[in-house]
Amino acid sequence: MMKRPSLFSLVLAMPLLVWQLAFFLFPLLFLIAISFWTVKMFQMQPDLSFANWQRILTRGVFWDAYLRTMILATSAAVLTSAIAFPASYAISFKLSERAKRWMIFVLIIPFFTSYLVRVYSWQVFLTDAGIINAALGHIGLGPYPMLNNTFGTLVGMVTLCLPLVILLQTFSLNFVNRDLIEAAHNLRCGRLRTVASVVVPSAKVGLVIAALFAFILSFGDFVSPLYLGGGNPPTLSIMITDITKSGQQWPRAAVVAIMMIATLMTVAFAAITYAYKERGK
Amino acid sequence: MGNENKLINGWLMLHIALCLIFIFAPIAGSFVFSLNSDRFPSLPLGEFSLDWYRAIWNDPLVWSGFGNTVIVGLIVAVIATILGFGGAYTDYRYNFFGKSFYLALALLPPTIPVVIMGLAMLAFLSRIQLSGSTISVVIAHGVMCSPFAMAIIRLRLSQMDPDLEAAAWNLGGNEWATLRHVIIPFTRPAIFAALFITMAVSFDEFAVAWFVSGLNETLPVKILGFLQGQVSPRINAIGSLAFLSSMTLIVLAQLLLRNPNEGSK
Repeated sequence: MMKRPSLFSLVLAMPLLVWQLAFFLFPLLFLIAISFWTVKMFQMQPDLSFANWQRILTRGVFWDAYLRTMILATSAAVLTSAIAFPASYAISFKLSERAKRWMIFVLIIPFFTSYLVRVYSWQVFLTDAGIINAALGHIGLGPYPMLNNTFGTLVGMVTLCLPLVILLQTFSLNFVNRDLIEAAHNLRCGRLRTVASVVVPSAKVGLVIAALFAFILSFGDFVSPLYLGGGNPPTLSIMITDITKSGQQWPRAAVVAIMMIATLMTVAFAAITYAYKERGK
Repeated sequence: MGNENKLINGWLMLHIALCLIFIFAPIAGSFVFSLNSDRFPSLPLGEFSLDWYRAIWNDPLVWSGFGNTVIVGLIVAVIATILGFGGAYTDYRYNFFGKSFYLALALLPPTIPVVIMGLAMLAFLSRIQLSGSTISVVIAHGVMCSPFAMAIIRLRLSQMDPDLEAAAWNLGGNEWATLRHVIIPFTRPAIFAALFITMAVSFDEFAVAWFVSGLNETLPVKILGFLQGQVSPRINAIGSLAFLSSMTLIVLAQLLLRNPNEGSK
């Protein structure tokens, strides 16, 4: 039985719905539409042409960038998760409630600092004559090239993702039943084995979701690959900014963007399916 | 056994410390570099100087960017909080067909990569002749910030005693009066927190703003411009000031959320 919605409920519910339909969903659908448009005389013309798709998808440059972006984002997700886990484990299991709350507050701070400023700051740390190489030079090491390469890109991506991943992992570890761990210890299960066979499986959903967020953020990031990785050869997001800013070939950029969204949706679906698989068995 | 435990705990604490150092090194670094006379800071550090702050103080472009940022931030905060309040109350109070679609639409924007949001917004807004204006930045930031406002207010609503609303109705208050005299006072701290946090998010957002802003650049878009051009430690000075203002907003929001009794009658 459906009641007619009251004026009151509509006034509260509709503004958000209308705003997000008009300015979020519609632009994304419009992106799909313009991927079939053509550009004539620097003007986009409504059309139903597959030329843009053909042009992008038959290019080696695109697939190279695609592969590179996948590898970078996967590495960033794995690396961030691996670095974050011992920290999240310690926060969740070893700290007092008070200290835990403080850690969470401290880890929220980076979300409100400019990512661009942090990346610029890393440039100063990482250049050949920068802080880290100067410090290493004092003990007779280096200089090591750390900027404009994959290392630099990954430093930036980990900077972007680490606070979020630690927070998400900590929240999921907080829900792990403490009695299970007690039981494992009573059964003479070693410390590492307890972590591997009790803690990680119990917190699996949260750990996978945290890694997924790291993947999504790194996959779409254009700042680290550009300003710490050198930008050449490009990643997919650099391709989009280049194509968009250098002229009217937005339909081609739209094709790249749709490929990115399709990839992210596939990865997200796979990760969530994996996360919830075998639960309760 | 006890000894081993201490050793492991020591390592874990050290690991936390290293993670925090990694996370905060660039933030602290930017503060230090902003007060340093060197254009390319290295070890040993140069001398203390306020030159970069003086440089941005005297830069009209920085001021116009700052003006745009503040205007956009204020408008976005109000819009996002109103939208988010409606969404949060709808989710709290009603069940309806298509609710999961409604929630997905409301909460998904932060998971879409900013380059894609930027491109989609640019293509769409230029079609309706709105790109390149400050309004276009407000529209885009409204989409991106309202999920945060909604989440904060929804969390507060879930702390409300469900009987409170029913009691107000029993006492003869209609829905509007209940909203005004019960719901809004109860969620007031969260409403203010949402205003501050969405403003802080808008202050730091550069990518989508860069795509759609045209000549009406906000300050973060200016920073992106600085990054593309000549290396300039002015970025550190701007970044440090932006960090301080964002942190002020966050601390205010935290204080409001910590005192649940404040604002309720």
